[in-house]
Amino acid sequence: MSGILEISRLTVTLPTPDRPKPVLSDVSLSIAEGQAVGLVGESGSGKSMTARSIVRLLPPGARVEGAIRYQGTDVGGLRGAALRELRAGVPMIFQDPRAHINPVRTIGDFLTEALRIRGRVGRRQAEQRAVRVLGEVGIADGGRRLRQYPHELSGGLLQRVMIAATLLAEPKLLLADEPTTALDVTTQAEVMAVLDELRRERGLAMLFITHDLELAAAVCDRTAVMYAGRVMEVRASAALHDDPLHPYTAALTAARPSLERRADRLATIPGRPLSAFEAPDGCVFCERCPHVREGCRTRRPELRPMSDGEVACLRAEELQAASHG
Amino acid sequence: MTVVSATLRAGRGGRGERGRLGALGMAAAGVIVLAVVLAAVGPILTTADPNASDITHAYGAPAAGHPLGFDGQGRDLLSRLLTGARTSLLGPLWIVTLSMAAGIAVAITAAWVGGWLDSVVSAVLEVMFAFPGVLLAMLVAAVFGPGLNAAVLALAVAYIPYIARLVRSAALAERRKPYIQALEVQGASALSICVRHLVPNLLPIIAAQATLFFSYAMVDLAIVSFFGLGVQPPDADWGTMVGGGQSGVLQGYPAESLLAGGCIVVLVVAFNLLGERLSEGRPTSRPWPWRRTRAVGAA
Amino acid sequence: MVAYLIRRAIMLVATLLVSSFVVFAGLWAAPGNPLATLSGGRSLPPEAVAVLVERYRLDDPFFVQYANWVANAVRGDLGMSITLRQDVSDLIASRAGTTLSLIVYAALIVLVVGVAFGLLAALRPGFFDSMVVVGTAMVVAVPPFVAAIVLIGVFAVTLRWLPALGNGTGFWDGIRHLTLPAFALAASATAAVARVTRTSVREQMGREHVQTAVSRGIPYATVVRRHALRNAAVPIATLAGMTVASMIALSAVVERAFGLNGLGAYLVTSALSKDFSVVQGIALVLVTAFVLVNTLVDVGAAMLDPRIKLGGRS
Repeated sequence: MSGILEISRLTVTLPTPDRPKPVLSDVSLSIAEGQAVGLVGESGSGKSMTARSIVRLLPPGARVEGAIRYQGTDVGGLRGAALRELRAGVPMIFQDPRAHINPVRTIGDFLTEALRIRGRVGRRQAEQRAVRVLGEVGIADGGRRLRQYPHELSGGLLQRVMIAATLLAEPKLLLADEPTTALDVTTQAEVMAVLDELRRERGLAMLFITHDLELAAAVCDRTAVMYAGRVMEVRASAALHDDPLHPYTAALTAARPSLERRADRLATIPGRPLSAFEAPDGCVFCERCPHVREGCRTRRPELRPMSDGEVACLRAEELQAASHG
Repeated sequence: MTVVSATLRAGRGGRGERGRLGALGMAAAGVIVLAVVLAAVGPILTTADPNASDITHAYGAPAAGHPLGFDGQGRDLLSRLLTGARTSLLGPLWIVTLSMAAGIAVAITAAWVGGWLDSVVSAVLEVMFAFPGVLLAMLVAAVFGPGLNAAVLALAVAYIPYIARLVRSAALAERRKPYIQALEVQGASALSICVRHLVPNLLPIIAAQATLFFSYAMVDLAIVSFFGLGVQPPDADWGTMVGGGQSGVLQGYPAESLLAGGCIVVLVVAFNLLGERLSEGRPTSRPWPWRRTRAVGAA
Repeated sequence: MVAYLIRRAIMLVATLLVSSFVVFAGLWAAPGNPLATLSGGRSLPPEAVAVLVERYRLDDPFFVQYANWVANAVRGDLGMSITLRQDVSDLIASRAGTTLSLIVYAALIVLVVGVAFGLLAALRPGFFDSMVVVGTAMVVAVPPFVAAIVLIGVFAVTLRWLPALGNGTGFWDGIRHLTLPAFALAASATAAVARVTRTSVREQMGREHVQTAVSRGIPYATVVRRHALRNAAVPIATLAGMTVASMIALSAVVERAFGLNGLGAYLVTSALSKDFSVVQGIALVLVTAFVLVNTLVDVGAAMLDPRIKLGGRS
């Protein structure tokens, strides 16, 4: 089955003053129509870079290898109007709406800009559609909101505006880059609920980036775990959360506080997270892995099919047998 | 130059002012020192009398003993440039010294006493911003007659609000610091705290501002002299020379105007660069915002 | 917004009152009696003295004189020139046009040339950008009187492209005569505006909200115009406005250098010939214009940035 989005062996290298540094290596991922896929990992693991690669929002000078296909078209070959077409059709919800919405333009400007410039919709009609969508994301007095400026709205409202803006593009695939991380804890759940509900109603596919494994499990059908610019494990969200195959996923699960589990102190992962460019020759996680063997340090494990998903660990079967035995 | 030496000594802690200045800042300081030395020893370098006019040499080309040639009245250009350096440097020095002294006194008093006095001072300063220095100098020249003293006084007054605003806010911030409050608790007198502790601690900001202001003062004083309202003929001054040489420019002999103008530009750039370096990371206050060498940040 | 405008208007009136007082008080600060100052030390026939005493109410107390003078000034009566024996307001009116055209011309240069160079430098890193950075760093330090001398030497004397002196006759000849003065007046301000445009546009282009616009498939030129340039407009307009305000005082420099028959040049002439009523009148007009433009700049900045209106957050 070919999905709406197919990423295969994506490798991105950024130029730096001394030498080019890889930020993503061999990332493969697919999203089916209407499916939500979570992308989980620590800061610097390459989650955002993966999402940005899809709409080619990369820093100047970035080198991209591998292929990204959206609805069958190779994104890498797109230029000019075709690239803008792709970007308009695959909108992104950014982490910090306060920074990502132009502070000196009105909410109405922000919402209708793409419609009026790209879709050549008249002002009045565009505003009517904006008010309707604002209603859908739970902002009742849309007409008044259109005249307001971003600084007059709370972070939660502003993120709803951002979600509304993406819906106005009538997309089939949505990119959400930690859409609730910058918000107050109290509004996070509301905004997440709005996003999740609207996505399901409209049958949108979504790439959902978060560092929260449990949140990914709650809203996504499948979840991919990234570490140091590589995909460690991709599986159905529930399975991944309850029965991790990769030692890194297991460590992430253990590091989360849980109500069911009594613990005197939270488990932590020893060492510090690595970036892609400082990764060792073998498995990128080997230096922090409790189950490391000699082979792990010399051979880099490929992402390979296992049980209901894929995993990149040499000892996955052994470890699974051990934990179930 | 007292301003510069005071600044160079004001270095704090590990990284001295030398490191802070960088190559460009050191070069600027070098240019300034060179200009001061030339102005001081000028008469030794040339035997020609700067005011001796010989009309047969009008716009004369460089000749033996007259390496830069002659102006429109047949006076030796080199000796006029060297004598002119004195007024062109001393005038701004007076402007900066007077405005600094008055501005600092007003600002520290207002910041220390606070209350209604501070409000009144702030309001008065706000109104004083309404008078461009050059315009005030012209008004004063009309009242007291043209001359260097009147121009220096007018420009010094026009600069006070910029200095007072800067020093006042810095002094207010400094005043809230624990060491000042500790001194007050110990019963030190206000005057002694201000003179012995507050002002010395504001010195880096003051020195940077003084250096920056020197470049503004130089341009503004040159403008007033260019009008004929500052330094009076036959005394040599760079601003007066730019204006006086204008008829030469029209006749195809631009040497006098260009040399004097060039001297002004080089020194203005040097003072500005040095001031920018010294004020990096420190607050400043400027009358002509666009003349800074580094652009202001965006909103 | 209304409260803000009212506050600004009150500040404006207060500033104008105080500065008019300063201009008037010059008469009393001068050594000797006011009559001698007004006559510039000339000996006048008794009838002329009587006219001056009556017009300036020199026999009344100081504040009555001031109130009378301000009231007359508001009505457009600024006294009489002692050298030309004409009304100061007429003399000002006949010269204001030159100064106004000069400043408008220079302001246009500052905005058009400054923003164009700054924008191109911001969007085209490399050779052009480096040229703009180095060029503006040099030009920004050139005071208007040096710029005037250089422009006269190069374009009027050596190349003979444009006239060096005088106002010219008729519209196009007037423009020709104003071109070199306007460029001399605008030079350093243009360089400064180019630098600010370059830094703030480049800074805005790196901002997240510009990334959002790009990510929505908005064409590049539209992103630059609607987001980068629009947001950079606050610092650009503020600086450009301040430079225009300062041109009001500096216009005297280029008017003198180019022999233009404007207010500034007349102010200098009158100061030199001690024609005190004229000095007062022109100083009052120029200070008023300076304060007005500065107020307009502040209000304009507040209009451009919605965040300034409410509570002054920046």
